[in-house]
Amino acid sequence: MSLDMPKFSDLDALYNTNTAEVATSMYEDPDLFAEEMEKIFKKTWVFVAHDSEFPDKGSFKLSNVGLEPVIVVRDRKGKIHCMVNRCRHRAATVCEVKKGKTSSFQCPYHGWGYGLDGSLRALPYPEQYGDDFDKTQHGLLKLRTESYNGMVFATFNEDAEPLVDFLGEGVCRYIDLFMKQGGGFPVKVLGEHQFSVPMNWKVQLENTTDAYHFPIVHKSFMQTLDGETGELFDFLDKGVGYVEDLGNGHSVMLMIPELLDLDENLDDPIPERFADLAQQLLDDGYPDEQMRKIVRAVSGAGFNLNLFPNVSFSLSFLRVLTPKSVEQTDIRHIALGMDGGPEAANQMRMRLHEHFQGPMGFGSPDDAEVWERVQRGTKGGEDLSILVNRGMVDEEPGEYGPRGHISAETGMRAAYKMWKGMMSQ
Amino acid sequence: MTELSQIDTRSLLADVTEFIWTEGAYLDAKDYAAWLDLWTDTGLYIMPIDEGDDYANQLNLCYDNDKMRRDRIDRFNRGFSISSAPPAQTVRTLSRIKIDNAAGDVISVSCAEHLIEDKFGRQRVWAGNAYYTLIRTDDGFKIDRKIVRLLNSAGMLNSFSYLF
Ligand code: FES
Ligand SMILES: [Fe+2]
Repeated sequence: MSLDMPKFSDLDALYNTNTAEVATSMYEDPDLFAEEMEKIFKKTWVFVAHDSEFPDKGSFKLSNVGLEPVIVVRDRKGKIHCMVNRCRHRAATVCEVKKGKTSSFQCPYHGWGYGLDGSLRALPYPEQYGDDFDKTQHGLLKLRTESYNGMVFATFNEDAEPLVDFLGEGVCRYIDLFMKQGGGFPVKVLGEHQFSVPMNWKVQLENTTDAYHFPIVHKSFMQTLDGETGELFDFLDKGVGYVEDLGNGHSVMLMIPELLDLDENLDDPIPERFADLAQQLLDDGYPDEQMRKIVRAVSGAGFNLNLFPNVSFSLSFLRVLTPKSVEQTDIRHIALGMDGGPEAANQMRMRLHEHFQGPMGFGSPDDAEVWERVQRGTKGGEDLSILVNRGMVDEEPGEYGPRGHISAETGMRAAYKMWKGMMSQ
Repeated sequence: MTELSQIDTRSLLADVTEFIWTEGAYLDAKDYAAWLDLWTDTGLYIMPIDEGDDYANQLNLCYDNDKMRRDRIDRFNRGFSISSAPPAQTVRTLSRIKIDNAAGDVISVSCAEHLIEDKFGRQRVWAGNAYYTLIRTDDGFKIDRKIVRLLNSAGMLNSFSYLF
């Protein structure tokens, strides 16, 4: 497909900004998907890893930028590199270990060896390439890599703006607030749940900024909460909170305002469900003030921060999407905890994560079901549109952009506006 | 196994096999009330992701004590969970049953589990190893621990509306 003559020149027909209607083909046209991979995933900053997933010099982990398999690695000086997992000789992957530690990457086929920075170090019997073979031109294909508060992003686009500019002031502020759930310790990845869903990646992009579905899809999860906690998740009935467009396709959905800043309200009574943990921490010798900070951190933040195009900070975990094909998307639910924090607190974080997330959670399977139902539903009524206009009527200017009701589709409109901007380039 | 004669071992294996097949039949039939009765109060049902066995200190697919087990079944049964109303239908085979240890009333058993699920006209296949700790009681065997390790537990899975 030539990108000089885009098939999708009429972007207004795909996403109508005025009426906030999305065309059905947005979820199911393979040519459009191919174009998105070029114009979005090859052009913008994509989340690839959290710092703690490859903490040491020589640590690496495999990841993806759009459809491209990449390796994220920390070199001997602590500098982070991201490169395509493909040998420059005849394309074999140079690494198939998901994460670990190494001093180099050696291709298994003919033995070309690459340094941690991706440079070609050595190759067996180089004589047959002649004297003018330039090793410096045969390193692994590198991506630009930058990070913010432990979140590592990469891009194929040499001309992309600096990461912090792409994130913007609002996103950086909310990331900082989110990371307070380290409870005074560095935030650490404790593990992840992974599952694949037959849906277009944008169905997922919409979901973490969708509070409207929560009481319906997650009713069975809500029914397993104690009264006090159930009250906390009753944000739709209460009508508290908001969704705000933070620019560049990003948005925040504040569901539990009292958990916006985990350093505040430390003197509030300890919720019933954390009583045992609080006592345990006191018994383990944590001073009252630190105990309160840790307990509050265990509950997670009170908002979802949705970043365009592939990562969400969702209450207490990270949700990462990887597009696989127009109708298939992989999801990772990354559990977070306190690096060096109390064992009891991290155990509770993991049990809470297992309760909702992943293939056997009380929440994720119901999410996965409705996402798949969306994809199945688009097989009928091709000319009907998908509506993301909820809450346009009472949207107001917020701190960083339009702000809507907690159940408004403001965040989806933010994402589609960015989508359209990038697709028109 | 030292205390058991060959005849004892054979008859224990037959008893254990019958128990495991009964449990599997309950799960395929989604007779969860009967399934819950097979457990001790302190029983743990765990599906790990990674290799380690310090389950409390690692993230698992599930780590169910008595309360979580009952909550899970309740969620399946109440009809509000869209993924389990209706759930996928399953057929499983439990085989290669082996008694790993038997000391007094505590018996460790392992077996292979193959499960096929069907939903939306699509079938998926799962394979794993199951490890049981069974307690012999006057009321027959009770499960005190069941660990199911899927072959691809650390890989890309799908969501499950049933139990392994
Ligand atoms: S393909 Fe890697 S060395 Fe030949
Ligand atoms: Fe959800």
